[in-house]
Amino acid sequence: MMTRPVNFLNTPRQLSFALALAAIACLLFADLDISANQAGRELLRMGQGLIAPNFWSLSTIAHSAFTTLAFALQGMALAATAGFALALLYRFAAVRGFCAFIRAIHELFWALIFIQLFGLSPLAGLLAIALPYAGTLAKIYGELFEETDAAPRNNLLRSAGFSAFVYTTLPLALRPMLQYTSYRFECAIRSSIVLGFIGLPTLGYHLETALGNGQYNDAAALLYVLLAIVVSLRWWLKKALFPFFLLAACIYLPPTGQFNWANILRFFSEDIIPAPLRHSVSIDFAALVNWLCLLWQQQIAPGVVSTLILSQSALLLTAALSLCWFPLNSKQFFSPLKRSVGDGFLIIARTLPEYLLAFIGLLLLGPSMLPAILALGLHNGAIIAHLLGRFSGNIALRDDACTGKNRYFYEVLPRVYRQFLALLLYRWEVIMRETAILGILGIGTLGFYIDSAFEEFRFDRAMLLIGCAAFLNMGVDGLAHWLRKRLHLNTTPETL
Amino acid sequence: MLNNITTEAANEPLLSLNNTRLSYQGVAVLQDITLTIAAGERVALVGRSGSGKSTLLKHLRSLLAQQVAWCPQQPGLVPMLSGYHNIYMGGLARRSAFYNVCNLIKPLATPRAEIAKLANQLDIDDQLLKRVDNLSGGQQQRIAIGRALYQQQKIFLGDEPVSALDSFHAYSVLSLLIHYHDTVILALHDTEQARKVCNRIIGLKGGRIAFDLPSELVSCEQLNTLYCSE
Repeated sequence: MMTRPVNFLNTPRQLSFALALAAIACLLFADLDISANQAGRELLRMGQGLIAPNFWSLSTIAHSAFTTLAFALQGMALAATAGFALALLYRFAAVRGFCAFIRAIHELFWALIFIQLFGLSPLAGLLAIALPYAGTLAKIYGELFEETDAAPRNNLLRSAGFSAFVYTTLPLALRPMLQYTSYRFECAIRSSIVLGFIGLPTLGYHLETALGNGQYNDAAALLYVLLAIVVSLRWWLKKALFPFFLLAACIYLPPTGQFNWANILRFFSEDIIPAPLRHSVSIDFAALVNWLCLLWQQQIAPGVVSTLILSQSALLLTAALSLCWFPLNSKQFFSPLKRSVGDGFLIIARTLPEYLLAFIGLLLLGPSMLPAILALGLHNGAIIAHLLGRFSGNIALRDDACTGKNRYFYEVLPRVYRQFLALLLYRWEVIMRETAILGILGIGTLGFYIDSAFEEFRFDRAMLLIGCAAFLNMGVDGLAHWLRKRLHLNTTPETL
Repeated sequence: MLNNITTEAANEPLLSLNNTRLSYQGVAVLQDITLTIAAGERVALVGRSGSGKSTLLKHLRSLLAQQVAWCPQQPGLVPMLSGYHNIYMGGLARRSAFYNVCNLIKPLATPRAEIAKLANQLDIDDQLLKRVDNLSGGQQQRIAIGRALYQQQKIFLGDEPVSALDSFHAYSVLSLLIHYHDTVILALHDTEQARKVCNRIIGLKGGRIAFDLPSELVSCEQLNTLYCSE
C-alpha cells in the first residue's frame, strides 16, 4: 500500500513549483487572443490624452471626486464600527464564518444586490463597501487582539471582561489597527471609484463614459484627480480630523435610499427563491434538480472554470512582476532618489483599480482574458513589489557584498523569498475575488453570469452564482491559510 | 503590633499543599512540596534562580484566585498607557465598565486622589502621567507594585517585587506591602531582605523544600548552602 508522501508541499520550492505548474496549465487553456487590430493607434491616442488632460467641467469632476470620498468615508466608518464589534466576538466560530462569508463577496456584487433593494442610492453604495470591509476588518482586528501580549491582562485580578479589554488588549493593539484601517481606507476609495462603473455617481462613472467614448483627454483628467486623492491621503487624512470629514461626507451625501417596502419584501420572499420553488406549496424536487443541473452546466461550471483559469494565470504574472519590480523600492539596489522614482511607478500602478485597468486593457486589446490577466498582474504585482522592496531594506548585508544581478540572486532574493510567498498567498484570495467581478466587463468568469442574471431580473440565479463565487473565495482563503501555516510563513496582516 | 496579627491568625490556615508536584512548561521543577500557610504570616521564598520560587508562587496564586494582590517578576505593564492608568488597572474589578472607560478617557477625581497617595508613598508621583515605556526599570517596577497595591486585597504575592530597586527604596516599598496586607508571600533573592521583612523563610533547593523555619532560627550556613552547588 502506498503511504501518502509527508513531504508534499512543505517547502517554498515545492509550493512555488506547484503554483507555477498550475498556472502554466491554466495558461494553456486561457483565451489570450488580441482581437483589436488598432491597439497601437489606440494606445497612442491614450498617451496623447495623458499629456493633454481636459478638465472639461470642474464642477462635475469635483462633485464626483467628493462623492467618491463620501462613499469611502461613510463606508469605512460603518465597516470599522461593525468590524470592531464583530472582532470582540471573533473567538466564536459562527462569527468567524459569517465574517469570512461577507468578505468573500466582492463589493460590486454587494452593490448589485443593494441596488435592487434600495435603488441607485447612496445607501446602496455605502452598504456595498461597508459589508465586505467589515468582514475583513473584523478578521484583522480579531487576530491583532489575539496576538497582543497576554502578560498585562493576566496580572489583573479579573482578566476577563470588557474593562480588562479596554485597559490592556485594546491599547496594545490600537496602533496596528489604525495602520491597517488607514490602508483599507485607500482600498475603499478604489472600491468607491469602481462602484461608478455600475452606475453610482463616483469618478468611475465618468471614467467609464469618457473611456468608452474614446475621450481620452477627459479620462486623463479624471485619472489625475484619482491619483491626486490617493497620493495626498497621507497629508490630510488625520485621525483627529476623521470625525469632521465623516460629518462633512454625511452632509454632502446623506446616506438615504429608496425604501419601497413591497419591493424589498418581494425580493426576499419571491425573487431570490429558486424559480421552481416559487408559488408552489410542496417542494418539487425533480424540477429543482433539473433547474440546478441546467444552471450548473450552462453557467456555474463554465464560470468557475474560467474564474480559476484566469486567476491562476494572473497569480503567476503577479508573482513574476513583483519579483522583477521589488528592487525599484529597495535600498539594496537604488539610491533614495532613484528609488523614489521607482516607488512612484509602483504607487501609481497600485492606485489604479484592477477593474479600471482591465477596462482600459479591453479597449486596447479586445475581449479576451489577456487584458484581465495583465490588469490583475500589474496592480497586485505593484502592491507586492512595494511591500517586498520595503521589507528587503531591513536586510543587513556585509560591506563587501556583491552588487547588481549577483546581489539580487545570491543575497537578496533568498532572504525575501519566504516573505514574498506569504504576501502572494495573501493576494491569492484578492485576485480570485477580483477575477470573478471582471466578468462584468464581458470576460466569461462568474461575474459575467451574475451580471447577466441581474440584467434579466433572475435574482434566484444571481444569488446562487454569488454564493458559488463566495465559496470559491472561502476555499482559496482556507487553502492559502493552510499553506501559510504549513510553510511557517509570516501571518501578520499586510499593511502599507 | 505586626506580631499580634501573626499570633492571632496563626490557627487559620490560608492554604496547604500536601506532597505536591509542580511543573513548569511540562518539566517537573518541584516535588514533595508540603506546606501550610496561615493568614497573617509573612513568608519569604529563597533559593537560587531556577529553584522553583516562581513556579510555587504561580501555583499559590492559582489556589487563591481573585483574592490576592499579584506582583510578577516582569512588570507586564501596558507600555502605551500612563503610570496612572497602569496602577488604576489594579482596581478595574471594583468598578463598573462604564466608570472604567470614563476614567480611561479622562482620569476621575476619586481614583486620582487614591493613586496620587499611593504614588507618593512609592516615590513615583512625578512619573505618574508619563507613558510607562518612557520610565526606567525601577520606576516600572514601582508602577507594577502600585497596581498590585491598588488591587486592595488582604494577601500579597510578589515574585522578586523589588529586584530592580536600590536598597533604600526596596525597604520602604517592602514595609509598605506589609502595612497594607495581612499576609505576604514573597520570592526574594536578597536573603538579608528576607530576614528583615518576613517572619518565616522557606528555602528551596534541588526541587524540594530544604528548610522551612521562622526567620530568627535560620542560620547563615543554611542560607549559604542554598546558593552553593553540590
